[in-house]
Amino acid sequence: MISGQNWRRTLESFVIPFGAILVGLLFFGVFCALVGANPVGVYASIWKAAFGTWSTFQNTLIRAAPLMLSSLCTALPAQLGLVIIGNEGALVMGGLGAIITGLVFSFGSVLPAPEQIAAPLMTPPIVVQLAMAIAGIVVGGVWIAIAGALRHYRGVNETISSLLLNYIAIALLNHLVGGPIRDPGSLNKPSSFALPEVNMLGDIPGTRVHWGLLFGLVASVIAYVLIRRTTFGFAARTAGGNIRAARIAGLPVGKLTLMICFLGGACAGLAGMVEVAAVQASANESLNVGYGYGGILVAFAARQNPLAAIFISLLVGGILASGGILQRTHNLPDATVLVFQGIIFLVVLYSDSLYGRFKFFRETPVYEVPPAPPTSTAAPTV
Amino acid sequence: MTTEAATEAIGWWGVPLAIIAGTMRGGTPFLFVSLGECLTEKSGKINLGLEGTLLMGAMSAYGVSYLTGNPWLGVVVAGIAGGFLGAIHGWLSQQRRVNDVAVGIAMIIFGSGLAFFLGKPFIQPKAPSLPTLELGAWSSIPAVQAALQISPLFLLGLAIAPLLTWFFKSTRWGLFVRAVGDSPEAARAMGVSIFKVRMLAVMAGSFLAGIGGASLSLYYPGVWTERISSGQGLMAVALVIFARWNPIACLWASLLFGGAQALGPSLQSVGIKEGYYLFNAAPYILTLFIMIFTCSPKQTLAGAPGALGKEDG
Repeated sequence: MISGQNWRRTLESFVIPFGAILVGLLFFGVFCALVGANPVGVYASIWKAAFGTWSTFQNTLIRAAPLMLSSLCTALPAQLGLVIIGNEGALVMGGLGAIITGLVFSFGSVLPAPEQIAAPLMTPPIVVQLAMAIAGIVVGGVWIAIAGALRHYRGVNETISSLLLNYIAIALLNHLVGGPIRDPGSLNKPSSFALPEVNMLGDIPGTRVHWGLLFGLVASVIAYVLIRRTTFGFAARTAGGNIRAARIAGLPVGKLTLMICFLGGACAGLAGMVEVAAVQASANESLNVGYGYGGILVAFAARQNPLAAIFISLLVGGILASGGILQRTHNLPDATVLVFQGIIFLVVLYSDSLYGRFKFFRETPVYEVPPAPPTSTAAPTV
Repeated sequence: MTTEAATEAIGWWGVPLAIIAGTMRGGTPFLFVSLGECLTEKSGKINLGLEGTLLMGAMSAYGVSYLTGNPWLGVVVAGIAGGFLGAIHGWLSQQRRVNDVAVGIAMIIFGSGLAFFLGKPFIQPKAPSLPTLELGAWSSIPAVQAALQISPLFLLGLAIAPLLTWFFKSTRWGLFVRAVGDSPEAARAMGVSIFKVRMLAVMAGSFLAGIGGASLSLYYPGVWTERISSGQGLMAVALVIFARWNPIACLWASLLFGGAQALGPSLQSVGIKEGYYLFNAAPYILTLFIMIFTCSPKQTLAGAPGALGKEDG
């Protein structure tokens, strides 16, 4: 893309987001100073906790993985002009689908008796994990496809229906882990039975980071290629630009809506599977800790570009990872992380309105100076 | 607590009693946020961030009530805190190419973060609550008395709903808000500043949502914790659609949602424990079904402001 005329545009698309993040940092510094913390010390701590060493950076990566996947649930339908915010619900449903499948494949039942736990089925772990991933993808995908179908067939606003689906999914999670699939041994925090250790999604060799990170990276790259380099993506973006023109051109708008909603939900569902299979081992209320809502903002901050979402996810993952150290070394409450995240997102969202405002980034086309007309009777050119 | 006591004394009668009590208690925050969201959406903007506003209102009301001993001052400060968050939302969501849904979600994170941050010191202490009107004094049954404790905030909300209808219908400013929300071009031709009207509508709506937060922390449940709101702020958006952008319908819808919220716990208290969470999800499922049955792919919902959620015209 960087050609003689375009470098200013390319520069703009780097300077504006990074500038926004710097301004956000500045605002957060002012906030810290107002509440009596040393901003420079807080910055240093966040840097150290998020990106400072390989050991701490791995914490960032672990938190970034579900954000990458969940952001696609907003970014993919956005190509069609749909604003889907059902990420949290799709993540929860994907996690539920994954744990039920995982328990059935591991023990033969979602409520295994003690002797079943003592002698788990000898299903190869790779089969269990594959089944869990498929379950997460399908359940999450169908969940968001519901919002897409309601939009297409009934004209129901997809933003509101996907928001409502979040609450229904969370209620379903609480209902299932509170009764039908509850492990009686989980007292304070109702949970499903746990997956056996062997069937858990392990870590990438040589790290503490689970394979979910790879899922996130691969899904983001596939999503990018899909929307920028395939006919399907082109059709979706055309329909997103002008739905009537797309219909006249004979594009199957309904099919596109369902497909892209399914794919978006599938990614969030896979995030739920990763949280269950690699982090929690069972399904419980920890599934809805905000990766869904975080993912929406990641997608918007990345301007719905899946590759940019990788970097924003790393940034937000880093902010999330620094919560502990802010509490320990600066005596700041854990909500500091929320304030920081909120400020950064607000400034980054604002920065979107700045594109094209700075003269420096405007292309300066080289005009061939036409010979001056002999008389000034010619119509003035605008 | 009250619901359990109610059932001990009067058995199954506790269920309708608890629902009536819950309707008024649980309906109050719904009432304020839905009226606030109604006013906001009438001007053509969506504010998803009322969840953060509600928490900020709850925290500031509780904090001020604790520090000054005057809960009414807390209510006023909650409104002002809400208006302050509304100003951010109103300004930011009117910038070029900035999506109001995204700003709303960022405001949820920012508002709840600020509320949790500043509210940390107020989690332990007990702040004076708002006084209540004892409409149950005629009864000798403590459960009935407890159920009929009515908050003046609830009555205030009851009064605001028809006032807002009158405002939209019969006042100059109400006409401006409706014009800006329905047809920005026409409003501009009338010489109305779209930016100013939307800004004021969002701020006033958030002011109401802040008071809704005060009713959570100073009336029912009457404490400040980080889990005090169970999504009432987010639900406001669905509720306003449910009520078709009509303030009086917002009142009925809020009571319905408040009652539905009380259904789960009150059934639990008489021994029906199955499906507790599914009962809690009842309002969401109901809203979704109503939308499915009343929407049509050919036209927008009747009553929806014409410019709602569209790019600034």
